[in-house]
Amino acid sequence: MEKQSLKGWIYLLPALAFLAVFMIYPLFDVLVYSVEEGYNSASQTSFGIGLYNYAYVLHDPYFIQALKNTFILVIITVPLSTGIALLISVGLNSITKLKELFQTIFFLPYVTNTLAVGLVFMILFKKTAYSDGLVNLLIQSFGGTSVDFIDGPYWAKMFVLCFYTVWVVLPFKILILTSALASVNPDYYKAARVDGATKWRIFTRITLPMIAPMLFYLIITGFIGAFKAYSDAVALFGTDLNAAGMNTIVGYVYDMLYGTGGGYPSYASAAALILFAIVLTITCINLLISRKSSVV
Amino acid sequence: MKVVLQNLTKIYPSRDKGPDVIAVNDFNFEIPDGKLIGLLGPSGCGKSTTLNLISGLETPTSGKIFFGDDDVTNLPPENRGIGLVFQSYALYPHMTVLQNIMFPLENFKGKDRLSKEEMKEKALEAARLVQIEPFLERKPAQMSGGQQQRVAIARALVKRPRVLLLDEPLSNLDARLRLQTREEIRRIQRETGITTVFVTHDQEEAMSISDQIVVMKAGVVQQIDNPQDVYDHPVNLFVASFLGTPPINVFDGEVRDHMLYIGEDAVMKVNLEDRKVIVGVRPEGFILDENGPLCCKLIGVQVMGRDTSVVSSHPASRNPTVCSIISAENKVAGDTVRFRLKPFKTVLFADDTEETLAYSVLE
Repeated sequence: MEKQSLKGWIYLLPALAFLAVFMIYPLFDVLVYSVEEGYNSASQTSFGIGLYNYAYVLHDPYFIQALKNTFILVIITVPLSTGIALLISVGLNSITKLKELFQTIFFLPYVTNTLAVGLVFMILFKKTAYSDGLVNLLIQSFGGTSVDFIDGPYWAKMFVLCFYTVWVVLPFKILILTSALASVNPDYYKAARVDGATKWRIFTRITLPMIAPMLFYLIITGFIGAFKAYSDAVALFGTDLNAAGMNTIVGYVYDMLYGTGGGYPSYASAAALILFAIVLTITCINLLISRKSSVV
Repeated sequence: MKVVLQNLTKIYPSRDKGPDVIAVNDFNFEIPDGKLIGLLGPSGCGKSTTLNLISGLETPTSGKIFFGDDDVTNLPPENRGIGLVFQSYALYPHMTVLQNIMFPLENFKGKDRLSKEEMKEKALEAARLVQIEPFLERKPAQMSGGQQQRVAIARALVKRPRVLLLDEPLSNLDARLRLQTREEIRRIQRETGITTVFVTHDQEEAMSISDQIVVMKAGVVQQIDNPQDVYDHPVNLFVASFLGTPPINVFDGEVRDHMLYIGEDAVMKVNLEDRKVIVGVRPEGFILDENGPLCCKLIGVQVMGRDTSVVSSHPASRNPTVCSIISAENKVAGDTVRFRLKPFKTVLFADDTEETLAYSVLE
C-alpha cells in the first residue's frame, strides 16, 4: 500500500512540479504583490504590508467602470446565450434534413479567430467618414437615425459587446446542448407521449431536468468566461479601453501592468484577486443552486 | 376489451435503394377480452413493431386496428387508452416513484382533470396493486430492477388503460427476479382483467404466462395457439425449433413402406406416403432401450438432479449433437447408446417446405 502510493506520487511529480512553478508560485506571488504597499518594480522594494492597494483599486473610477462593464456583460450574455443555444439545440434536435449542415454553420464561429470576428463586427457596426456601416444602413432603411456603435453612446457600445460575446460563445453551448439532448433516451419521450403529455410539458418536465446537469455546467463556465472577458473588448474597441469606457476587469489588470501609465503590479494583483473573489463567490452560489435542484 | 388486428402491415421504405423492409406482413388476429398474449420470435421478427402499431407509436402501412368496436388505426397513442411498459422501463429518473406514477394523470385535460388528492389516491391504488407502497418517495435509481419494473407497470396501469402493452418486460432482470416478476405480471393481469400483449424473445417466458402465444418470423405470423399446443403441435420446423430448451433435435429422415428411417435406423411405423422428411424429436422424447432402433454415438452424460442429459451424435442429425433428457435413474455407459422414440414427442416436417406433415406419428 505504502509503496503503491509512493509510486503514484512519483508518477504525479512532473505535473505537480509544473503546477508548482507555473501556477502555485505565481498565485502566491500575486498575493504578496497585492499586499505590498508602494512596491517599486525597479528597485523591488516596498514601504510595508497592508491593504492600501485594494483600497486604491476599489476607489479607482476606471476599475469601477470596468467592474460595472463586466457585471453588465455577465448578467446579459450568460442567460441570453444559454437560452438562445437551448432554443437552437432543441430546433436542431428536432429536424432531420440538413441537420449536419446547420450544425456546421452554427459551429463556425467557434473555430474563427476572435480578432477576425472583431474585424467583421467593426465593419458591420463602425461609422467612418466614408460609410455608416452595414447595421446603420439597415437602421436608416427602416427610417431610424444612425448610431455610432463603436465610438458612440455607452449603451450602443455595450450592445455591440454583448452581441459579439453571445455570438462568440454560442457554438460551444450549442455543441454541448445538442449532444446532451441527443443522449436522452428516446423511450422517455415515447412514454410521455403515450401518457398524453403535451410537447411543452414534455420539454419542461422531462427534457429540461434531463439536461439540467449540462445546463448548469454551461452556466457556471459561462459566468467564469464572461468575468474573464477582455480580448472581445479589445477586438471591438482597440487597446485603449479606459478611454472608450469599455474596459473589463481583466483589461484593467492588463493596463495596470503593461498599459500606458502602467507598471503597477501591486494594483494589478489586487484587482486580479478581487476578480478571483467575485468569480469564486458566484461559482459557489451556482454550485449550491445546482446541487439543490440537482437530479437523480 | 378485445383487440382486433386486421391485415396489419408495416413496411419501412428502404434506405439507399435496397429492398423495402416488411416488418409486419398481413397480421390478422383477434385478441380475446381479458387475455394475456405473448408475441414471441427472434430479434427482427416484427414483434416489437406489432406492439408499437398497437400502441400507436407507429402507424401501419395498411390494415386496421380495433379496440372493441372502435377503429383506433389513426388515433395517436395518447387517445387510445393504452398503458405501455418499456424494456428500459423509461422511469423518469428525476421524479420520485409517486411522481412517476402520477405523471400520466397530470396530463388529463378538460373535464377529466383530477384534483391533487384524486391523483394521489389513484397512484396509491396502482402502487398497492404492484406492491411498491414502501418506496413511493424513492427515486428510480435507488431501487432494484424488479422494483423499477413494478413502478413501470403501476405507471402504465394508473389511468386504467383499455389495453396493457409490455415490451420485453423481463429481459433486464436476473434469472431469479424474472421468475418472480413473470408470476407477478400474471397476477396483476388476472386481478385487473386488462387485455395484455407482451413481447418477448424468451420462449420459456412466453410459455409460462401467456394464454395464447403468437410466434412470428420475419414479419409473418407462424402460429397462434395456446402454449402447450404450440409446443406439442408446431406448424413448421421454425416454430418447433424456436420453442423448447434444450431445442428440438432435428434429423434428416425418410419414409419407406410406412416405416420412418432416420439415417439407416428404422425408428417407427408411420402413416405416410413414401417421401423424404425432416424428423424433429424433443429431448424428452427419447427412451433409453438396449434394443431401441436409434443408435447414437455417446459423447457425454450430465446428471442434473432428477434428469440426465445424454449428449450423443448421429450421422443423420442436422445438429452436431443429439441432446436427450432421460430420468437420472438410468445408467448410461459404453460407446453407443440406443433409444426408442416417444411418438407424441416426434414431429415430421416436409423436407422442402419445412411445414409439419404429422405429429404423434404412430399408426
